[in-house]
Amino acid sequence: MKKKKFNISSLWQYYLMLVPGVILTFIFSYIPLYGVIIAFEKYNVGMGFASPWVGLENFRYLFAQPTFTRTIWNTLYISFWKLALGIVVPVTIAVLLNEMASDKLKRFYQTLIYIPNFLSWIIMAGVLMDILSSTGAINMILMKLGFPGVDFLGNAKVFPWTMIISDVWKGFGYGTIVYLAALTGIDPSLYESAMLDGANRWEQIKNITIPLLMPTVVLMTVLALGSVLNAGFDQIYNLYSPAVWETADIIDTYVYRLGIQQAQYSVGAAVGLFKSLVSAIMVIVSYRLADKLAGYRIL
Amino acid sequence: MKKKQFSLYQLILIIGLGIICITCVLPFIHLLAVSFSSSAAVAAGRVGFWPVEFTAASYEYVITGGRFLRAMGISIERVTIGTLLNIVLMILTAYPLAHNDLPGRGILSGFFVLTMLIGGGMIPTYLLVSGLGLKDTIWALVLPGALPVYNMIILMNFIRGLPPALEEAAWIDGASPFQTLIYVIFPLLGPSLATVGLFSMVGHWNDWFAGMIYMSEPLNYPLQTYLQTLLVDFEKLLQSDTTGNIQDILSKMNARTGRAAQLFLGALPIMLVYPFLQRYFTTGLTLGSVKE
Repeated sequence: MKKKKFNISSLWQYYLMLVPGVILTFIFSYIPLYGVIIAFEKYNVGMGFASPWVGLENFRYLFAQPTFTRTIWNTLYISFWKLALGIVVPVTIAVLLNEMASDKLKRFYQTLIYIPNFLSWIIMAGVLMDILSSTGAINMILMKLGFPGVDFLGNAKVFPWTMIISDVWKGFGYGTIVYLAALTGIDPSLYESAMLDGANRWEQIKNITIPLLMPTVVLMTVLALGSVLNAGFDQIYNLYSPAVWETADIIDTYVYRLGIQQAQYSVGAAVGLFKSLVSAIMVIVSYRLADKLAGYRIL
Repeated sequence: MKKKQFSLYQLILIIGLGIICITCVLPFIHLLAVSFSSSAAVAAGRVGFWPVEFTAASYEYVITGGRFLRAMGISIERVTIGTLLNIVLMILTAYPLAHNDLPGRGILSGFFVLTMLIGGGMIPTYLLVSGLGLKDTIWALVLPGALPVYNMIILMNFIRGLPPALEEAAWIDGASPFQTLIYVIFPLLGPSLATVGLFSMVGHWNDWFAGMIYMSEPLNYPLQTYLQTLLVDFEKLLQSDTTGNIQDILSKMNARTGRAAQLFLGALPIMLVYPFLQRYFTTGLTLGSVKE
């Protein structure tokens, strides 16, 4: 809809349509922005936003806490591996699915792998707690095979990897479908001429499929960079315990415990502000990159 | 590319990928088997993918206990109100913004897009919702996310892709912008509206966090928040329960089978609609990348 003429006398109707959205967005997205001033105050429920101003004191306090600085490291570590495996696994599965001759079976497999994506982390956490417990299905199998049992959720060394692998498992169906869509767009004559030149299957995958998939891979990676500080609150909050805080506590779980459970609103808001600033920069940089590298724009 | 139907390569692919795909559903089959097994069989680790010493005691508990059904009712209320609100606001916002020469369009779309980049964070939002007196009402669950900006943009891009002649014809016939939206544009939104609507429904159904922070009374918890409490202290809840003939049911179940039954029921609505609506779930992924 490029060229539009307006009936000026009814132009107001367009603005009227926008009113409810503007009001609600203003209240629930912009007023909380004003609320971040409590990150610079010693917030007191009785005084509200007029609480005493303390400048950067809350931030100084935070960065002096070893329990906070470790959450940054934990967040980046868990996020990085989720991001990396969240690309490698779906790309591999999509390439393999694309090699399958039977379209019916291919569709059926897609249906199966996309299911966990739509279930809440509450359901998934319940399932994982059940099958990963010391008497759960996975440990039963390990013991039958003669391996020692593994404390997937209670051992601080193992816990981050339990999170990374289960997250990739829950989410890989989404990426797989995105990559498969990109693969079906590849011109079949490319493969035909490659076969005429005597290229085997692996050479075809390496020289045709992977290079043509790269723009989509770059796009998905760049878009995921924007959420690198979200290491998965829903997942970790529902599966962690004080025994694994050392390696499992991420920025969001820390804000929640401090800000809402212990009602330390100012410090909680300070962490939140720190996180949104870094995230905003990441989002802007990643959208710029997406535009440059893959020609992708959402607006 | 012509692929051979039967070959060793195809067989390896079918089996190898089959195993990976099966791991996506096996845990749920196990959960279902646990929910229908006796507590003794579950405790002894004898339950695989088929119920052992079949009993429906856990499901009886769910029905007599009442907490589950109450929470489910609240979730249904939330999904209905929340999704309707999302859809109405997305359409009302997307339609005017789809007009490139609407005066002030740049500022207005910037106003919405900016909220995707910056936010006040958990604490200021929590204080605001409490300050507005929305705590312990359904509005705390549906108003803060009433306009999903990303999905609104998907819808806006879809409207932009419609042939301009349709709207022009409506104007020539003297239709006002509201009439054009209702009678010309709205009926054409079909598949894209189904997609963003479904994402709203799934989002509202699956959300547990808003319920946990905004509901101080556990009886007001929506289903996923209630299920979350089961992950933490279902054992205690079971011991303290003394309603009616519950002791009789409790002798045949334990926390693990009861939890399995409720988790399974919590996942069921999505598993039921998913196969039928799968194509909308999938098209949503490609809709988002519509370019100017």
